[in-house]
Amino acid sequence: MNGSLRIDGVSLAVAGQPVIGPLTLEVAPGAVVTLMGPSGCGKSSLLAFISGCLDPAFTARGRVLLDGRDLEGLPPERRRVGTLFQDDLLFPHLSVGGNLAFGLPASVRGRRTRAERVEAALADAGLAGFAARDPATLSGGQRARVALMRTLLAEPGALLLDEPFGKLDAALRDQMRAFVFARARAAGVPTLLVTHDAGDAEAAGGPVIVLESTREV
Amino acid sequence: MIAALRAARWALAGLPRPSVGLGLFPAVTVVVFLGPILVGLVGTLLPSFGILPALGGTEPTLKPWRDLLAAPGLTASIRLTLITGVAATLMSVALAFGIAAAWHGSRWFAVLRGVLPPLLAVPHAAFAIGFAFLVAPSGWIVRLLSPWATGWTRPPDIALVQDPWGIAYTLALVCKEVPFLVLAIAAALGQTGADGLLRAARSLGYGPVAAWVKVVLPLVYRQVRLPVLAVLAYSLSAVEPALVLAPTLPPPLTPLVLRWFADPDLALRFQAAAGAVLQSGLVGGAILLWLGGERAVALIGRRWACAGGRGGSGWGLRAVTAAGMALAVLAVAGSIAVLALWALARGWRFADPLPAGWTLDTLAAAWPGLAGPALNTLLIGAAAVGVGLVLVAGCLENGRRLPAALAGRALWLVYLPLLVPSVGFLFGIQVVLVAAGLDGRWPALVWAHLLYVLPYMFLALADPWRALDERYERSARALGAGPWRSFLRVRVPLLLRPLATAAAIGFSVSVAQYLPTLFAGSGRVATLTTEAVVLASGADRRVTAVYAFAQALLPLLAFAAAVGVPAWMHRRRRGMRTG
Repeated sequence: MNGSLRIDGVSLAVAGQPVIGPLTLEVAPGAVVTLMGPSGCGKSSLLAFISGCLDPAFTARGRVLLDGRDLEGLPPERRRVGTLFQDDLLFPHLSVGGNLAFGLPASVRGRRTRAERVEAALADAGLAGFAARDPATLSGGQRARVALMRTLLAEPGALLLDEPFGKLDAALRDQMRAFVFARARAAGVPTLLVTHDAGDAEAAGGPVIVLESTREV
Repeated sequence: MIAALRAARWALAGLPRPSVGLGLFPAVTVVVFLGPILVGLVGTLLPSFGILPALGGTEPTLKPWRDLLAAPGLTASIRLTLITGVAATLMSVALAFGIAAAWHGSRWFAVLRGVLPPLLAVPHAAFAIGFAFLVAPSGWIVRLLSPWATGWTRPPDIALVQDPWGIAYTLALVCKEVPFLVLAIAAALGQTGADGLLRAARSLGYGPVAAWVKVVLPLVYRQVRLPVLAVLAYSLSAVEPALVLAPTLPPPLTPLVLRWFADPDLALRFQAAAGAVLQSGLVGGAILLWLGGERAVALIGRRWACAGGRGGSGWGLRAVTAAGMALAVLAVAGSIAVLALWALARGWRFADPLPAGWTLDTLAAAWPGLAGPALNTLLIGAAAVGVGLVLVAGCLENGRRLPAALAGRALWLVYLPLLVPSVGFLFGIQVVLVAAGLDGRWPALVWAHLLYVLPYMFLALADPWRALDERYERSARALGAGPWRSFLRVRVPLLLRPLATAAAIGFSVSVAQYLPTLFAGSGRVATLTTEAVVLASGADRRVTAVYAFAQALLPLLAFAAAVGVPAWMHRRRRGMRTG
């Protein structure tokens, strides 16, 4: 309830073969829960199910509730579930500031106000003055930070992290973990992290649920 | 020096140096196919200023231009050309992008991709004739609706085709251009990583259509800019649909200019040349304006994308675009169907929904006259495809070792024949061919067809050619096969399906050629296309239908073969059925 993300008996199957679950858990606002498991255990499919992008080849059971609201049947854009992917997926035709403004809701009106919000987010990410830059000129770590700020500016009700540190090199990874988890807690949204890296789980600091592959190998 | 630099570049890139023979392919292709376009443009420009020694023009003069400007109906013709051409382009672009935006990722979009290639293969002439048989006052649609819905017991006295506004003509252009654009967009979508970006935008709360338009469209548009410009150029200078469906008093500019070229009074050739140059100028100006418009739209669009509006569920656009696309598909399919009906009709009184009876008499009566042009069509097409395959394969094999940026720039050259209106350079080419005594001969015809066949074959083959895993050939070489053997025994069979598709596309483009056949053949070589266009202005619908249907049938057979032959040859190879 009150702002939490609740996964209630969710299980996924492909062609009758169970892939994951049944799984029940609740993530409180500002908390980070980690799902750990080997690749192929279906954890990314679970995130796709929560965000409403599950491949139609899957059959799903169970419910997902965000702030007490059942998400079933809602298109992805109506769920208010923000996802940070392994790839930053910055839009290459927009500037860095344009990407952030893209995340900002339309209810924030006026070009001045929007630009100020974007600039504040950039400053928060240690990227003050980067608004006019082409995203292609940014380093991997900078791009990842912009992607997170873009997701948070959209004011999501929950945050899903789909192996977001997998493509960063080791030195950058620690920095990025600290940055992401601090921002997620500050935003006060329930955050669900899936990873196969124990270091991620440790840095997240919250409860860890270890998944085992149910698929025959 | 340059050769040394090039060798150094190959060495640096760690690539095997292409053999000298392979390196010649792009050069030959450019010289043989693009050079003549320039020669043709100059050969049209000079007569427009009075210089054409064969007709006694040796002194430069402005008289052709003064005659052109004084020609009756010129202003109305230009106005008609611009309005129909721009309207057709805008409608085609809106519908094609609308379809992609509204239906991206759905099963229907995938189905559509399969349905469109045969529609695209229907020649413009056959489609225009069928379209006229469909929507004319005495056409099939009116017959199906009369008299129960309309009350008409005889064809109404309304200009439903050749209407003064060119509405039928514009709609016919849209029906043929939308499939082309949708296929171009679908191909570009595969190269943009659209799915990931869409997912990101949806997770930020964007509706499916708003996400597509704000995130995917800018990336896709960059890839389909040339096809869009080709559509613009074609809409402003189409020939066969204009002859059949556009108003005649005055017609659009290209048919008007062709009328002057065909006039028995040879002095009119100068004025016609000036008109042809004007036509090229119109298209060139329109392309420049379009490119300027693109910038303005991009500027406004970027601001709009960043304003945060999330858009709705997109159902409205889904409904509108589905209806538009269904109409376009039905119009093309219905046009071919009505040709078949007329070709087999014993008699078809007005307001009967179907012919009273069926007969093969029309076919039998038409056969003696039909066989010659049909054979010409077949042979020219086969020759053009054969030469085209060799040239395209050579260029691609050479291009495979070039950096991608260079290959991207080469696309402009490939598209050149599709961007320059044919009437603007074909007369100049004819002048040269006549001077060389080559007009009306086979090499000239095949070559003129190749101007249009080659770009399409190149576009069809380029992506599959580059996408084939290089390691297949490398392992063949490691097993001791020489370059030719690994090419013929490994690459060609693996690419059999795209090769067959490219051949079918090339063949259908050749079958459709009207103006190049007319000019390179000096009007002496008859094909199904030239005959069908001539007959379209006559009275006997049944005979016209036989020729037009035969013209439409050849490409469809070629496409069926392109699907069937590789499938049969690989019937025991599961790994060859996909991809």
